[in-house]
Amino acid sequence: MEPGEIHALLGENGAGKSTLMNVLYGLYQPDEGEILVDGKPLQPRGPADAIAAGIGMVHQHFMLVPVLTVAENVMLGAEQVRGGIVGFLDRRRARREVAEVSARYNLQVDPDATIEDLPVGIQQRVEIVKALTRDVDLLILDEPTAVLTPQETEELLTVMRELKAAGRSIVFITHKLGEVKAIADRVTVIRRGRTVGTATPEASRDELAALMVGRTVRLTVDKQPATPGEPVLELSGLVVDDDRQVRAVDGVDLSVRAGEVLGIAGVQGNGQTELVEAVMGLRPLLAGSVQLGGERIDDWSTKEVLRAGVGYVPEDRSVDGLVKELSIAENLVLDLYDRPPFGRGLALRPEAIKKSAQERIAQFDVRTPSAEAAVGTLSGGNQQKVIVARELSRPLKLLIAAQPTRGVDVGSIEFIHSRVIHERDAGTAVLLVSSELDEVIGLADRIAVMYRGRIIGIVGPDTPREEIGLLMAGITPDPADAGANGATAGTDGGAPSPSGPGSEDEA
Amino acid sequence: MTNAESGSPDKEPATADQAARMAVDNTERAEPTSQQPPERPTLGRLFVANLWAANTFTVTLLSLVLAMIVGGILMIVSDPDVLATFSYITARPADALNASWTLVSEAYGNLFKGAVLDPDAVGLTAALSPISETLTYTAPLVFTGLSVALAFRGGLFNIGAQGQATMGVIAAGLAGFLLPLPAGLHLLVAVFAGAVGGAVWGFIPGILKARTGAHEVINTIMLNYVAGYFLVWLIVQNGVQDPNRTNAISRPVDASAQLPRLFGDNLRAHAGIILAVLATWAVAWLLNRSTLGFELRAVGSNPAASRTAGISVTRTYVLVMVFAGALAGLGGSQMVLGTTAAALTPLVVAQIGFDGILVALLGRVKPWGVLLAALLFGALQAGGNRMQSYSGVSLELVTVLQALIVIFIAAPALVKAIFQLRAARAARPQTSLAKGW
Repeated sequence: MEPGEIHALLGENGAGKSTLMNVLYGLYQPDEGEILVDGKPLQPRGPADAIAAGIGMVHQHFMLVPVLTVAENVMLGAEQVRGGIVGFLDRRRARREVAEVSARYNLQVDPDATIEDLPVGIQQRVEIVKALTRDVDLLILDEPTAVLTPQETEELLTVMRELKAAGRSIVFITHKLGEVKAIADRVTVIRRGRTVGTATPEASRDELAALMVGRTVRLTVDKQPATPGEPVLELSGLVVDDDRQVRAVDGVDLSVRAGEVLGIAGVQGNGQTELVEAVMGLRPLLAGSVQLGGERIDDWSTKEVLRAGVGYVPEDRSVDGLVKELSIAENLVLDLYDRPPFGRGLALRPEAIKKSAQERIAQFDVRTPSAEAAVGTLSGGNQQKVIVARELSRPLKLLIAAQPTRGVDVGSIEFIHSRVIHERDAGTAVLLVSSELDEVIGLADRIAVMYRGRIIGIVGPDTPREEIGLLMAGITPDPADAGANGATAGTDGGAPSPSGPGSEDEA
Repeated sequence: MTNAESGSPDKEPATADQAARMAVDNTERAEPTSQQPPERPTLGRLFVANLWAANTFTVTLLSLVLAMIVGGILMIVSDPDVLATFSYITARPADALNASWTLVSEAYGNLFKGAVLDPDAVGLTAALSPISETLTYTAPLVFTGLSVALAFRGGLFNIGAQGQATMGVIAAGLAGFLLPLPAGLHLLVAVFAGAVGGAVWGFIPGILKARTGAHEVINTIMLNYVAGYFLVWLIVQNGVQDPNRTNAISRPVDASAQLPRLFGDNLRAHAGIILAVLATWAVAWLLNRSTLGFELRAVGSNPAASRTAGISVTRTYVLVMVFAGALAGLGGSQMVLGTTAAALTPLVVAQIGFDGILVALLGRVKPWGVLLAALLFGALQAGGNRMQSYSGVSLELVTVLQALIVIFIAAPALVKAIFQLRAARAARPQTSLAKGW
């Protein structure tokens, strides 16, 4: 690493990027080898050593205390004490430091704001400020853009350029090729724990992807135009609360037709999760109706919904998708275990489960030594393939895929995308929820953008990214609507409805 | 030293064999035998190396050893005569060491004689007596252990096996002396009543957990008290209390409702142990080969994913607790239908519910493991009785031993550190935790 350089670390999931950086930050101890900082070997025993050596890290999942203010979070771990007396916090000094750093690097943050009130992008900025107040020379950003809107990402890239200009070095961990090309000075590609190559950002996307995966990959999804049929899933006036009893879905009308992919784009946390859970019978409806093939399924249990031919790939595979302690074979029948041929009466039929598991493992290219291995031992991509294999192994009317490729390596993304399109071409209606805009644009035949519990626009897949990005941030192209959106979400009741049907015609 | 000990089962016959040959022949035969070892030790060493890896079995065994060592120290400390010899240990260390060794070895010797086999016993009945005692103590512990283990696999901590066993003993006892039924049928009804009694007591925390989210640990503990005091109250009611007695004891259970004895009238072992083995098999089948067991394991490991896959988590919680309660109830029913007692008393269930928690942990919440753990605890109980009467070491020490074993098992890192076990398998979870995105 040179001073004032942005070095991108590119690699598939489980390639060892995060592990490498955690070693650098002192969270793990290296088994062999050494780290040199300014020519001197460094053996960080913990983050404190790493910080002392001038290394700061912004984790993928923020390490902030939501109820404290920005200044309090920044001084956390390095509390300044007033007049050297233990127990008296010097909040004023912490505030001044935050203000100073923000001004120096052009990072606007209000030191007195409470973290939980801030949008994700600003929270991330707080993390960066936190690292900078520790006087670091090297900043590690672990997949910083995973949670950001395109606009926020753009802002982050600007911040990174400022830091670079100030002579700080940055290690930028990612698997998004576009960002690497936009900002990195040098790219190191890691595969299975080894450096497999260094590249300049001038290398093409395909070249970088091939380095990451170890073979050539198709980044764009090959697909024929959709031939939509009858509506399969119809939502009208759907209202759902989240776990904190806060309105999450606020009057959504949608319809998904057989043989098409409807993509729901939107920044994480705008009600997509709750919408899908309501359809699956996992969350009570407060108002509105859900129809599957013309039949109302509002009060059906999850099991009935699944039995009716709905496949569901939940967004958080480790929480909702898989039982990690159970074997791959058992996870493959997690929603079919009591159906023939896997179960008869009260008895399971392990032979049938095993036989089917071996077929699925071969068909969906799950890389595992054995079907009996616990699913938790698989890498993220292979775990996701297990879920996809399970859901696609029975005849479907509707496939709901929420974040189907989150935390999944490029090779598996390609595979999962092709299976989704394959399913669409077989006449299944597909509802795709993703905060990855590229994925939605690549797969969907129509794109609905969700913002604060509402669908604020349905557009075609050829719509420019910028326009969708603006919709994701809650800004509708129509100036009148934009004004309404400036107010609270509750007042713009009329705005979505006219734009909804209007753009549906266009699609 | 311990290293050699654990390898001994493999090597012992070889050395004995060699010793015998050495005795018969002279030194010229000793030459080839000394050449033989290069092969044998490799196999033996491999075996020792495998045994010495930090696997579950080794840790369990070593926990037992550690518990016995600490138990031995406690015996020495609590015996005034032996302790007195320590006051002049610098002058005559042999006295202190001899006295300690005699005390501890005799105590553990009696423990063994009381639990497994007494070499001095004359006659079949006397020879079978220790085993019979062990099995008598084992049977109810298998049931309560299975109860706790089953609930645990379903993601619930059933601290209420004690209360469920109490309700089981009440129902079984009442059926045993209130219902005038023919032999055979009477026993079936009484056993079934015990299961139902426990199941009802399991259902209550189960439904509360499923419907209202009330934590099962608190509710089962509280229901233990309710059941315990209900028993105390019930015993002195008219029609229940033995009319010929003034103290708190119920009428005795009819002979037609008693579990048949296995080894004749002089030995206490009864058919309960057969039921226990059947129950172990049934629970093993339920867990691993049935759809219900699949639901149970899935819910136990990840309720969110189970719900998403359409499994009814609430229904599973209720069923788990009903099954767990029924098992504990069956265990309780043996305390009055078996040979331990023939009538209800306030202490009729002893501690089988709480011991069941230890048994389940010791058996690593696996059905056959629970059976083995219950056997160990049964043996400790049976042997403890003899240890008390022959060596004067109090029965409470057995309870302390049981507690120590479980503590060492619950802290495998401690055992591994003490014996410097290779952390072959333990390293794996850490590396999997280390895996990032």
